[in-house]
Amino acid sequence: MNDRLQSSVRPVVNESGIEIKPVYTARDVAESGGDGFIGMPGEYPFVRGIHPLMYRHRPYTMRQYTGFGNPRDTNERFKYLIANGQTGLNVAFDLPTQIGIDSDDPLAVGEVGRVGMAVDSLRDFEIAFEGIDLDKITVSLTINGAAPQLIAMYLALAEKRGYDVKKLRGTAQNDILKEFVGRGTWIYPVKPSVKLVGDTIEYCAQVAPKYSPLSVCGYHIRESGANPVQEMAYGFCIAKAYADEVLARGLPIDEFAGRLSFKFNVFGNLFDQVCKFRAARGLWAKIMKEQYGAKDPGSMWLRMIAGGGGGGLTYEQPEVNIVRGAYYALTAALAGCQTTALCCYDEAYTIPTEYAQRISLRTMQLLIEEMGLADTVDPLAGSYYVETLTNQMRQDMERIMAEVDAQGGIVKLVAAGEIQAKVSAQAYAMQRNVEAGRFRKVGVNCYQVDETEEREVAFHPYREEDTRMQIESLNRVRGERDGTRVKEALGRLRADAAAERNVMPAIMDAVKAYATVGEITNELVAVYGRYREPIKF
Amino acid sequence: MSERRIKVVLAKPGLDGHDQGAKVVVRALMDAGMEVIYTGLRQTPEAVARIALDEDVDVIALSSMAASHLPFCERLKPLLEQAGLGDKLWVIGGNLPKQDHARLRELGFKGIFPSSSKLDDIVQFIRENVQ
Repeated sequence: MNDRLQSSVRPVVNESGIEIKPVYTARDVAESGGDGFIGMPGEYPFVRGIHPLMYRHRPYTMRQYTGFGNPRDTNERFKYLIANGQTGLNVAFDLPTQIGIDSDDPLAVGEVGRVGMAVDSLRDFEIAFEGIDLDKITVSLTINGAAPQLIAMYLALAEKRGYDVKKLRGTAQNDILKEFVGRGTWIYPVKPSVKLVGDTIEYCAQVAPKYSPLSVCGYHIRESGANPVQEMAYGFCIAKAYADEVLARGLPIDEFAGRLSFKFNVFGNLFDQVCKFRAARGLWAKIMKEQYGAKDPGSMWLRMIAGGGGGGLTYEQPEVNIVRGAYYALTAALAGCQTTALCCYDEAYTIPTEYAQRISLRTMQLLIEEMGLADTVDPLAGSYYVETLTNQMRQDMERIMAEVDAQGGIVKLVAAGEIQAKVSAQAYAMQRNVEAGRFRKVGVNCYQVDETEEREVAFHPYREEDTRMQIESLNRVRGERDGTRVKEALGRLRADAAAERNVMPAIMDAVKAYATVGEITNELVAVYGRYREPIKF
Repeated sequence: MSERRIKVVLAKPGLDGHDQGAKVVVRALMDAGMEVIYTGLRQTPEAVARIALDEDVDVIALSSMAASHLPFCERLKPLLEQAGLGDKLWVIGGNLPKQDHARLRELGFKGIFPSSSKLDDIVQFIRENVQ
């Protein structure tokens, strides 16, 4: 296309600030850095996928985010999803559990079992995973502030049920730094919070080497207002902060990096998203190899769950979210993620109903069974556009990471509220752009329908009696357990925390003695104190 | 005579950590010339009432995304009334299902802004309804 024709078309700049041309050629690929950094699937730099055969060998795991009410309710929903072909579990916890308090804490009033399953002690895990084979179904725990307790509970449960913990697989989210940026389930100040993440990684590397104790999340930073390249760049800065914490304890990189995993977001422009993941796979491999001297290819793999994408769904015309979800799942499949989860069409209203969950599951199954998405690895590779954008996005991610380092590093910027202020300013600008119609959103600022025509969604019911039942169960546990054993374990925990030893062995003992989530938090708060949120605009 | 600046406390009630929307609204109110005190996360009903009283605000605003708005507001209403803040403008935004709107009105919330509300509508409502 000649220059005059190109300049006559409307300008397009993607959400990451990259100008998009109407036509790409081999020259664009060459000018953006060439094709030297693509390689083959399963080979460094892994841009095309971390495994040689990807979905042809094994399709992506489908892992809907699920949990509500008490562990009994959640166990039933788990079994329903497994019976419908779901291949992994992704557990949602209620807010009291997430911030490390018990169901009978005064701060928990009105919140027990509301946005996830309530967990107070190991007893709740025993009920929640009853009848589920932990060798066949891998379990991902979406827990951060209270991750040490819940990882300990999961390992204790597996041990109790006779599994070999050395072979146990599973994931905990455990990414506390992003909780300070968005999502907000922090408990302790930033520094001891990072130390606890280090404790869990170090402990699992020794005791449960197949378990993934960390899933670094760009996802929530994106939800808080970051653009796609910032999502990956900030996520990688955070992952490096944890890696540095563990390296400082003397553990070699190849002994833990292979168990690090990631969670990213999928909403927005399809090509932007696919290239984001391809770019990030190459960049993470490069960081691990060049900056950390990793030798094991597994240490260089960007293993990820790509979830689509609460921030993209709309309150208006909720059923259209089913279509959006289908495109997000398509995007995740084209991008070669290991695991997919979809936000459900009703999530702008309520926690998903069983029906909505099944539609999301069918969406992901359909791509594998009917649409050929699991047949060929990285099918968009070699496209002039895709390879150019992949190169450009990788370079932008590197630039943002260098900026963070130049400003003192991610831990410092998060503790000072700088990243929060930056992404929140962007979220405001984006909202203004949507309201002014500059950024198009179907059903929101174009193609609207009259409010009376909007369909009501069915609501997942919240049962007040769940709180009462949960507190009764908690009291039974407190009455039946060996109080001396609990007291000893908690005493040791506080001593270990104060002496800056790894607290996981003591938490394991406490959990096995049925100490509660809140009791364990209290010991750590006594030593570490509580986080105070910096308010910065 | 210049108009007094409208003063707003915007709180995140309960344990909900979704603060993107709250912070966006804070910026919109500040851009509209209002003075905004943003509380940060995890405010109890007692804390919200105390801050509103201490800061002598015109508007008490809540942002709730995690479905515990009704039990929270039921506890907040008597505290605000006891503090003599019954005549202030109470507004709430966030993930607020339609079937809860009538109850929120009964509890004294004059402005209800569910997900998808427009920033300019929130600003205009506050300007028009502050005593």
